[in-house]
Amino acid sequence: MNPTDLVAALGARSINVLGSLGHAAAFSAALVRHIAPAFRRFQLTVGQIHAIGNYSLVIIITSGAAVGGVLALQSYYSLARYGAADSVGLLVALALLRELGPVLSALLYAGRAGTSLTAELGLMKAGEQLTAMEMMAVDPMGRVLAPRFVAGVIAMPILGAVFSMSGVCSAYVVAVKLIGLDAAQFWSTMQDGVDVFEDVGNGILKTIVFGIATTFIALYVGYECKPTPEGVARATTSTVVVSSLAVLILDFLLTAVMFGRP
Amino acid sequence: MQRSEPCTLAPDNLVQIDHVTFGYDRSRAILSDVSLQFPRGRVIAVMGSSGGGKTTLLRLIGGLIAPSSGAILFDGERVDPTDAGKLFALRRRLGMLFQFGALFTDLTVFENVAFPLREHTNLPESMIHDIVLMKLNAVGLRGAAARGIAEVSGGMGRRIALARAIALDPELIMYDEPFAGLDPISMAVIANLIRRLNDATGATSIVVSHDVSECFAICDYAYLISGGHVIARGTPNDLLTSENPEVHQFIHGEIDGPVPFHYPAPPIARDLGLMNGVSQ
Repeated sequence: MNPTDLVAALGARSINVLGSLGHAAAFSAALVRHIAPAFRRFQLTVGQIHAIGNYSLVIIITSGAAVGGVLALQSYYSLARYGAADSVGLLVALALLRELGPVLSALLYAGRAGTSLTAELGLMKAGEQLTAMEMMAVDPMGRVLAPRFVAGVIAMPILGAVFSMSGVCSAYVVAVKLIGLDAAQFWSTMQDGVDVFEDVGNGILKTIVFGIATTFIALYVGYECKPTPEGVARATTSTVVVSSLAVLILDFLLTAVMFGRP
Repeated sequence: MQRSEPCTLAPDNLVQIDHVTFGYDRSRAILSDVSLQFPRGRVIAVMGSSGGGKTTLLRLIGGLIAPSSGAILFDGERVDPTDAGKLFALRRRLGMLFQFGALFTDLTVFENVAFPLREHTNLPESMIHDIVLMKLNAVGLRGAAARGIAEVSGGMGRRIALARAIALDPELIMYDEPFAGLDPISMAVIANLIRRLNDATGATSIVVSHDVSECFAICDYAYLISGGHVIARGTPNDLLTSENPEVHQFIHGEIDGPVPFHYPAPPIARDLGLMNGVSQ
């Protein structure tokens, strides 16, 4: 490739990237404009909270329980060496509330609800349902996308809380019922060491940010996908990949801001 | 039978397409300087081969896409896709039947027909119920109101979409390939409904199709589009008796004629590695 072609290719690529960014920004602005109307027709949002939240509960509770149980087992074997086995409850609670609850529930949400949103929108596009709506003078942004976005942002913190709660309960069963640690110690160390604002509050804040990011990505990718079977398949894959990366990068940034100070 | 003649603004035209050119990219125009008129109260067919720009024409009228040049007038007002407010006001006055129905698969038959009424009116639920059942009765599917969309056939789906398209009693109803993929009975039912509903409601209908016999049975006037141009216009009888070879080939479904069987390609001998009968 000669230098002129290289510059032309770079230029074309840059224009494409900038165009995509501009498009995403315009999409976000339109979505934000329709959030308030989505609250006025809240029954649409309630239906989506049911579809996004309730149908994700099984995977969230099961995964939370598995993670909590494993954390309790692993932390017990390490802490017992130093005579600190009583702190298992505290360690599990902090790990779940600060990091694992928000991050893992967001990753599961992206895989379960995010792909469902993307595929649903892609198929609606392929079946000309969104165009039909436009031709009926109904803006799909207000009727379809905004209620799903609001529902996702509401459902995500609740799912994160359910994940952490399930994990703590599972850790209790493993640590107290199976290993035989003292129940009072398990709960009291947790009560002493967990700060409502610092740990629970920041954890909830993380799930809200993850909810905004993953739901936005799922909706944008679905709305912009090619209306073909291949296009929908690619879009659902993109949702999982981009959402997962976004969650992990955002988690690092949020953790640095929330807990990084000395 | 003339090519894209200039049109004049006539008050009895509900829709007027004036010297419109459109292409998805600059290199290839789907429509080149076409002018068509759609008088009020008539059923007008727009026919032509697949990929000829017929559906694009409907999308232009609905403001889903903007023409590269020229103007589209609806009831004397220019259709402007950049003015969302005016565009949505215009769309409330038209109904469109999509090629495959475009029904909302998460809603029942009843809810699909009720959709535009719920979105655009504040009618009480009892009145919406009655209007929806009347619309479904008009297309013969009142009994299927409670069914899911997955439970109805293609022909029934098309009729439900028609009931939804006329839910708000639009002034203009656009039909995109309403006969495609239907059995003869469903085809006859749809054709009969298009004519009957048009006459009963006083609406204007634009039927985009390549089904010559069904279109000619119900339309008052027809346009034939080919290669991005209007190659013929007139009553069904005018087109049936046309001596234009391209029109004749399309109307009578002849294999050979001005529209070639083969897509443009180099000589087959070159593609097969044979030149002058000798293997290369």
